[in-house]
Amino acid sequence: MKDSSMLSRRSLLLAPAAAGLLAGRAEAAGPLKIAFVYVSPIGDAGWSFQHELGRRALDAALGAAVKTSFVENVEEGADAERVIRKLATDGNDLIFTTSFGYMNPTVKVAQQFPAKKFEHATGYKRATNLATYSARFYEGRYAAGVLAGRMSKTGVFGYVAAFPIPEVLQGINAFTLGARSVNPKATTKVVWTSSWFDPGKERAAADTLIAGGADVVTHHTDSTAVAQAAEEKGAFSIGYNSDQSKYGPKTCLTAVTHIWSEYYIARAQAAIAGTWKSGDVWGGVKQGMIRLAPYNAAVPDAVRKQVDDVLAGIAAGTVVPFAGAIKDQDGKPRVAAGAALADKEILEMKWFVEGVQGKI
Amino acid sequence: MPDGVMLLALLVATLRAAAPLVLAGTGELVAERSGVLNLGVEGMMLMGAVTGFAATVVTGTPWLGLLAAMAAGAAMAGVFAVLTLGLRANQVASGLALTIFGVGFSALFGAPYQSHPIPGLATVLFPDLSAAGPLVQQLLLIDPLVLLAVALPFLVQRFLARSRAGLVLRAVGESAEVAHAFGYKVLRIRLGATLFGGAMAGLGGAYLSLAYTPMWTENMVAGRGWIALALVVFSTWKPRALALGALLFGFVTIAGFQAEAWGIPVAPNLLATLPYLATVLVLVLISRDRVRLKLNAPAALGRPFHPAE
Repeated sequence: MKDSSMLSRRSLLLAPAAAGLLAGRAEAAGPLKIAFVYVSPIGDAGWSFQHELGRRALDAALGAAVKTSFVENVEEGADAERVIRKLATDGNDLIFTTSFGYMNPTVKVAQQFPAKKFEHATGYKRATNLATYSARFYEGRYAAGVLAGRMSKTGVFGYVAAFPIPEVLQGINAFTLGARSVNPKATTKVVWTSSWFDPGKERAAADTLIAGGADVVTHHTDSTAVAQAAEEKGAFSIGYNSDQSKYGPKTCLTAVTHIWSEYYIARAQAAIAGTWKSGDVWGGVKQGMIRLAPYNAAVPDAVRKQVDDVLAGIAAGTVVPFAGAIKDQDGKPRVAAGAALADKEILEMKWFVEGVQGKI
Repeated sequence: MPDGVMLLALLVATLRAAAPLVLAGTGELVAERSGVLNLGVEGMMLMGAVTGFAATVVTGTPWLGLLAAMAAGAAMAGVFAVLTLGLRANQVASGLALTIFGVGFSALFGAPYQSHPIPGLATVLFPDLSAAGPLVQQLLLIDPLVLLAVALPFLVQRFLARSRAGLVLRAVGESAEVAHAFGYKVLRIRLGATLFGGAMAGLGGAYLSLAYTPMWTENMVAGRGWIALALVVFSTWKPRALALGALLFGFVTIAGFQAEAWGIPVAPNLLATLPYLATVLVLVLISRDRVRLKLNAPAALGRPFHPAE
């Protein structure tokens, strides 16, 4: 108890001073050292790959003013703490930890290094030297749902999902609401794989959904197996994280992608200028954090325009994915007409909207 | 609602999910029957997967990829054989080391191949697959490797039970000393069985990277090597029971997805555990006769042997 209060007081006292010191040092003694921690191998598509693209953009944009490095394939838990602490002792001034499971290790190391700045993706624990950031993935899902709704003949969609946590449920619900905005009878069939990464299982789940009548499949898992299954069976797919058109040249309609580069550049600039402050950023289409990958040639111009309009509407605030009236899976009204879900309700989502077939 | 095509899809998906388990499991079963416990199946499958994929990308021919995968699996098993048969290192530790090595080395070796999409085996054989009707499509997905996985347990069963070589192999696994006394080359036989196990594990891995999910990503075998190993034990070292276990495992996994796709409300957590539960339960029931279990377990499993002692 006493320890923790002392720590927080000390960090409060030190943080502004340290920020000033760092800013001075950055000008005098060379580049700002920035490190990234990735949960999986970088590969050429997926969650970690998108963060890596952000790092590369940061390097390209700020050049000699920064010196970036990364550690990939770091397991969540005790090992993460060791890696993050090592990065802090190695003289990195700004450390991005890019997976939810790094939350507690990041908090712990941030306490021990009050003069360093930390940023944790998708978490909710903050400190004066620990900021959090995430993206409104569901905004992209809503637009993808509109696209799926327009491209589908059967009105049945397959959704291969890993675990029933709010982030995944938001995506499934937004996708379904988007699809139902153009096809009120659309249904989304959800199949859980209970694993973020298992190409074999994702493949089998996609095969099953396509055999069950789904003609557009999408996924909230980390491999490209769903796009490949769809290509082989001649069904459409919508990718996640990264552009997957390579894996479905004829059938992958687009992908909901995460763009971290602008955020990383802005935060690094703030750290160099000495204006970096802790806080929470939850950006979406408007901030450029969520985009759709280039459309497949199979998408007609009228549909492209409609989806682009939806994206523009989301950015402008005229299209709100979780605006009422929304009923849940059992037909019970959840959001009244004219109202919309608050951020807190979205973050804690534990239910399916009408039109989703699946169990949480 | 289920119709004919969906039931066929369920059957085909089951066969395809079970094929890598049957291939790798049967190979390991033969090795264990000769007294060699090789826990490196996961590593050998990964090396097979990456080598098969790389060879296919380079040569453009999946058949050469499959051959290369078998060679890679056998090479891994060869390293294991040098350690455990030649230098009489501990088999459990060496097998674990083989898996750890395979996981890391396949990732390193495979890094340049991550971004190469290739057509799956079924598409190579039938280029118009995606345009075919649903029924024909399902039938075409039963590729030659699936057929091999169906036939292999029967062939191995026949080899072990009915052939002289199979009898000798089992004798070596029961008591290396006795087999040696009868003049059989224990180490040579064990080497052969280990290499066969490695080649089959490599083939099972290549099935994943060339046919099931035609791509290479790090650690794509995702624990199937360990499931194959467990199936060997739970099947009480009988090839046909092993195939049954693998099919059951595949079936319950796929049926779980089907149940969700049909809208049958089942908790996803339960569905995720069900394949393991069902497979263990059924195989335990099959092998509940303890006397027969003892008879089936190779008595010399994991025990090193040196002809000079």
